[in-house]
Amino acid sequence: MAGQRTTHNRLRRRLSRAGLHIFLSILAFIFAWPLLYAVYTSLRPYGEVVANPNGFFSTPATLNLNNYFTFWDSANYPQFFMNTMVITLPAIVLTLFAASMVAFAVSRFSWRFNLLVLMIFTAGNLLPPQVIIVPLYRLYNLIPGIPLPFMDNGRLYDNAIGLILIHTTFQTGFCTFVLSNYMKTLSKELVEAAMVDGAGVFMIYRQIILPLCRPALAALGTLLFVWIYNDFFWSVMLFKSGDKRPITAALNNLSGTFFTDPTLVAAGSIMAAIPTVVLYLLLQRFFISGLTLGSTKG
Amino acid sequence: MSKSEPQALAPAPANVAGAGAAPAKRRRYSLLTKRDKFALSLMVGIPFVIFMILIWGMAFVSVILSFTNWDGVNPIHFVGIDNYTQLFTTYPFFWPALSHNILWLLFFICFATPMGILLAVLLDRPLRGSRIYQSIFFIPVVLSLAVVGFIWELQYNVLDGFINSALVGMGLVQPNATIDWLGDPSINIWAVLVAASWRHIGYIMVLYLAGLKSVDPSLREAAAIDGASERQTFFHVVFPVMAPINTVIVVVTVIESLRAFDIAFVINQGKNGLELLSILITNSALSEASLIGFGSAIAVVLLTISLVPIVLYLTRVLRSENM
Repeated sequence: MAGQRTTHNRLRRRLSRAGLHIFLSILAFIFAWPLLYAVYTSLRPYGEVVANPNGFFSTPATLNLNNYFTFWDSANYPQFFMNTMVITLPAIVLTLFAASMVAFAVSRFSWRFNLLVLMIFTAGNLLPPQVIIVPLYRLYNLIPGIPLPFMDNGRLYDNAIGLILIHTTFQTGFCTFVLSNYMKTLSKELVEAAMVDGAGVFMIYRQIILPLCRPALAALGTLLFVWIYNDFFWSVMLFKSGDKRPITAALNNLSGTFFTDPTLVAAGSIMAAIPTVVLYLLLQRFFISGLTLGSTKG
Repeated sequence: MSKSEPQALAPAPANVAGAGAAPAKRRRYSLLTKRDKFALSLMVGIPFVIFMILIWGMAFVSVILSFTNWDGVNPIHFVGIDNYTQLFTTYPFFWPALSHNILWLLFFICFATPMGILLAVLLDRPLRGSRIYQSIFFIPVVLSLAVVGFIWELQYNVLDGFINSALVGMGLVQPNATIDWLGDPSINIWAVLVAASWRHIGYIMVLYLAGLKSVDPSLREAAAIDGASERQTFFHVVFPVMAPINTVIVVVTVIESLRAFDIAFVINQGKNGLELLSILITNSALSEASLIGFGSAIAVVLLTISLVPIVLYLTRVLRSENM
């Protein structure tokens, strides 16, 4: 009797497990489909698709990388990729630097002050960026009158510095929140011992806190790369159309003029997506832990 | 914002800095030299001032500008609440945009977010291939929303998009009667919502998985010993202890719905059925019309709506810090 029930249960469990796999596989296919289709489309010569009476709903006679070469050469992909990197990499470094300093410093002050600063940062970080774009756009178009380094047009508008500034500012909110939570878990005795030994606060920050925060910084760095690389809003709003635009905004420009055929759109989208997808697949662990750090606490 | 904070903070020290904590804190303080205090002030001060100017300062300027009819060229005139009256009465795109944002939120809350939670719960248990499933569901999250827009255009395009090609190819639709998924104003918002959910589901899944991993396994074992089914265990044991994550998920869902911009902008600049509050702001204030005062009024509406979930979230965080 009892034995019969366990085999019955085991059978039921195995069936439900199979059902789960079927459900998840179908769903995984639906999820992967738009991306798979984009890859597939990008490999097809447009002329052949047009000639086919069934259009894109057809099996290909040839698949090649020509669309990628076209995109690389004619649409100047390397240039746009560099534009993005010139913004993304400095913004990541600056954000982590600023956020770790603030997170460290507020933890030395009173608890109330600490919380107030964190609240202001977190709340600001949650605002939709469109709420501040109108005055920001005007501000970026002001000409300061004094020549600043690296700013050939004298404005923050249409300038990598302007984008680095707004990315750094916006993301500092989130990173400060995460890093201050992380620093709370570090041992207080280390810092106090260093203080008794007469170390200044900046030295403590530099020599003790930063090295201990390395895991959190790596996780946040990965996350920031993906976010800033993927930014579309600031890039479109604060950059004039042109060859200085980051890749995401440039894609939008190309869609009207250069992208007259979908196979090229597909190739462009895939190429724009490759850096973040590769980074995610390589650094999955950091990426997930970055998101987790931000959400499990708070 | 700044008004409500001191009130919220007021009861905090009494609860937290108990008898033991206060002297310890004071001792640490005395170790700081004047130079240290100066260095600390700079470390907080510089990023803080920049943040205040560029984020909260700009939000504040938006509020001021919303009471003017500035066009960016002529001198600024204050016009009272004219922009708001115009916005709520004669401006034809405001109510469609607001209802699209609300629809966006409802679609996320009723479909995308629960779907992400379901996937997290299914993938949390030991299951062969769980990692692979997770990666597949998560990949859309690392794509730029602009790229998401392009990828889905390949599906939706009226002439040569995959969906229409497939429908025609299978003989379900006549070649001259294909559906204009992105152009028909009565359905295009739904097409965009599907594309947006594609990305949102994976995001929620990962956040929720992280939360599930942090749940004490002994809780589940205890529930299993008491004879609770998996469903009962989730709803009565796991879900309640996940309260902090649940809050984060709700906030993420609401904020993402209010921020919705990129996909609609890529598809048709937020016109013809895809109006959203965020896009109305840029379309009126950053376009050739340069209606800065009017655009700011829309920004203030969006700001006000956004502050509701933000304040609720922060008061929740405060309460949990106080415990």
